[in-house]
Amino acid sequence: MTREVSIATSWGVGLTLALGALIVAGSRNLAHFDAALVAYTFSILFATFGLTYRYAMWLQRPPTAVYWRRGWQVFFRSGWRLRNAGTWFRRLVSEFLANRFIFQRNRLRGITHLLIMWGCLIAVAITFPLVFGWLHFQPVAGDLSLYEAVIFGFPVFRFPHESAVAFFLFHGLVWASFLVIAGVMLAMRRRMREEGAAALQRFAEDFMPLILLFAVSLTGLMLTASYTWMKGYGYTFIAILHAITVIGTFLWLPFGKFFHIFQRPAQMGVGFYKDVGRAEAKACCRGCGHAFTSRMHVEDLMEVERKLGYRYEIPGTEAEHYQWICPSCRRASLAIAQGLLWRGRRGGVPLEADARAISMPVRVNRGMGEGPLGVEDAENFYP
Amino acid sequence: MARRNTRGSLNPNSESVLLMPVPDNLEFFIDPSRCIGCQACIQACSECDTHKGQSMIQLDWVDRAQSTQTVPVVCMHCESPTCAEVCPADAIKRTGDGVVQTARKPRCIACNNCVLACPFGVPKMNTGMNLMMKCDMCYDRASVGLKPMCASVCPSQALAFGTREEMARLRPSARPANTFQFGAQTIRTKVNIMIPRDSPTDIVDVTSSMYEPALGCELLDGLFAESLYEG
Ligand code: SF4
Ligand code: SF4
Repeated sequence: MTREVSIATSWGVGLTLALGALIVAGSRNLAHFDAALVAYTFSILFATFGLTYRYAMWLQRPPTAVYWRRGWQVFFRSGWRLRNAGTWFRRLVSEFLANRFIFQRNRLRGITHLLIMWGCLIAVAITFPLVFGWLHFQPVAGDLSLYEAVIFGFPVFRFPHESAVAFFLFHGLVWASFLVIAGVMLAMRRRMREEGAAALQRFAEDFMPLILLFAVSLTGLMLTASYTWMKGYGYTFIAILHAITVIGTFLWLPFGKFFHIFQRPAQMGVGFYKDVGRAEAKACCRGCGHAFTSRMHVEDLMEVERKLGYRYEIPGTEAEHYQWICPSCRRASLAIAQGLLWRGRRGGVPLEADARAISMPVRVNRGMGEGPLGVEDAENFYP
Repeated sequence: MARRNTRGSLNPNSESVLLMPVPDNLEFFIDPSRCIGCQACIQACSECDTHKGQSMIQLDWVDRAQSTQTVPVVCMHCESPTCAEVCPADAIKRTGDGVVQTARKPRCIACNNCVLACPFGVPKMNTGMNLMMKCDMCYDRASVGLKPMCASVCPSQALAFGTREEMARLRPSARPANTFQFGAQTIRTKVNIMIPRDSPTDIVDVTSSMYEPALGCELLDGLFAESLYEG
């Protein structure tokens, strides 16, 4: 077992055991644990191991490790903490809760993702505590029109069972399924109609998660329909079907597209890294002299590349390392290098090499779809 | 999932799963010194379905005040793609047929590593979308045997897509090469660059030309002597 694997395995085992212990404690030594849900619990425990293992492996890749370390460093950098905390909250709301960046890609995609995401969040928030025995409802002794919510064994609040609160609480999963089904429909529609998506999508990566979510929601709704309107017709069968779809989804969690749920928050760290980088020393291109990104980023990338086994060092030149050359100058160098190979054959002669600094290559057309895609693009390519 | 590549690093980015491979015999050939800077490729590229309205081609004047030289750059689809290996999110995948795809949308965390690390200066960062975008050789087209958008419109065929035999016939004085030198690093690519047929070297040494000035306009004089449609 390599070192990476043992570290990841220990994290996986550790967190799974911790969750197991929490389940035992939160359900008061399994007193409130519903034995019928044991298969769900085990699939969640498996998913916990799988996710932790993959996450830990992921964090050990050189680029991720560097970002992970730097992300925390810049977050806690003195003079930045308060500002970072504010930014953290702002981005939590706009990027994560409201999916702003997905809306920027396309409004319909934004809506699709928002529906699926909130549907799943609501469903998870309701079912996990119930399955683990962390939350249960009991009638209040003495007043049978009231229910009491018990969280981690402590009575927390009471509500009448004919109330709106009860209606929303007990039907929460139905609302969640409606959101998910609507989202899945929109996503499927896009995948079937859009040629761009059609070229790149793959069954396991892109369709499987949608099918799983749809199956979970549909069988869940069928359960509700069965006991509400059909006197429990086919209930056991539907319950087993539902369990299979849910457990299948959990088992799939660490492997496929769902992993992005856990990977994505890294975007926060990246945000802080860029904020700090922008305010601090710039890296100036050692070709044309223009600033193109932060010094910190160039230095970190050189470290990552070295660890990955790349050798972009250019000994004996003032550039020292190719990472100090801006992307525009790299493209220009490619053309010059190729052009020089044709010297004498295609009549090309290099211009007089005077003492003038190499000038910055410029975009042929900054409009017409070639313009910068955003502020960073502008910094990288259009100084 | 992760496998060790030849340089001993963890490389989770090589996937052999693919829908339809780009036909083996069709290849991309670029010849920057044929570029006349007409921007047709930019227009065509921005019509592609996977990045609507935005061009992924990078087209620059090398030294606008002094020279007419322009350089169109598409993704070279490196055999060992630096962009994918420095990606902390495993967002860039290389298909079994050697096409390095653009960032997977759910994964890319917009860190800009790939933009800064690509030795050819290819990827672009879309800050608002939190997404890196780059040329993926028009995978929707190339995988069904069509020319990528840019190659289908390039009037000087600085960007060309076809078979090796075709190229040999059309460009009798040139041959394709796909090895590049950047400092101590050698990079091999799926996309070819055209070098003189009798060139003593197979390697295009990019960093050795880093401080050379742009080429003068005389370069273009002899260019069209070599007819596009000869043979
Ligand atoms: S040319 Fe750049 S973007 Fe394309 S595969 Fe190579 S490193 Fe990646
Ligand atoms: S910008 Fe996106 S694709 Fe590029 S290295 Fe960062 S996460 Fe990967």
